[in-house]
Amino acid sequence: MSEHKAETPLKKVLVICAKGALEDVYAALVMANGAVMEGIEAKLFFTFFGLDGITKKRMNKLHTATLGNPAMRMPGGMQFPSLLGVLPGVESGVSSMMRKGMDDLDMPPVDEFLEMITAGGGEVFACKLAVDMFKLKKEDLSDEVKDIITIGQFYEMAGGENTQIIFT
Amino acid sequence: MAEKNYAGKTVEVTEDGYFTNPADWNEEIAKEMATEAGIELTDKHLEVLNYLRKQFETGEALTIRKVGKSGVVDIKGLYQLFPGGPLKISSKLAGIPKPTSCV
Repeated sequence: MSEHKAETPLKKVLVICAKGALEDVYAALVMANGAVMEGIEAKLFFTFFGLDGITKKRMNKLHTATLGNPAMRMPGGMQFPSLLGVLPGVESGVSSMMRKGMDDLDMPPVDEFLEMITAGGGEVFACKLAVDMFKLKKEDLSDEVKDIITIGQFYEMAGGENTQIIFT
Repeated sequence: MAEKNYAGKTVEVTEDGYFTNPADWNEEIAKEMATEAGIELTDKHLEVLNYLRKQFETGEALTIRKVGKSGVVDIKGLYQLFPGGPLKISSKLAGIPKPTSCV
């Protein structure tokens, strides 16, 4: 423990979320929220399919892939049959079970999670290139999104000692 | 383990400064600990600390979200009361163990 204290603590993290699956977005949110809870400055940058995580219409309905996901298991621990994952409604059902499981652990829905992060001083940004590509507008995005910026502007925020950039 | 002196009482704390025995705690002690941490303890702070202690007794893991929904203080307020570590610093000042949740 004391050895850790002798090191210079992490001061800032920049988290980039480029994928829109439930687990990708949550990984980014947990890391950003965990940072602000520790007094570490945190900035979140959503790009490409990661934009689903801050798009009002989609953010609370994120899915986890039941196809092409080798870690996907049945509730008993058996391998999840790929053919089952193809059926309509299965992915949606599995995803909603996962969201329920997370809620039981006090993991909030995405919109509330974003609010928690900004309440702690964290900042949320959308990638301009991806926003243009998906033809989104500022009003399509969560109110917690501070700005739509370029990657260059994002890097400008990365200055200072003990800053880390995390890409999920 | 280490020992600390607060408000004329010797208490046992962990290496990180968390109480090993929450029953050792009282509001006088909290005030001294807060001063040490650079926080001037107000009634609002105490309200939060007492809420945390009550929650701790129920045995449920504390999260920022729970505190935010308690009606005692919202999340933004919690960050303002205990800057730099809303759940950790408040738990320490409340004389309860270091929080173990990730949210």
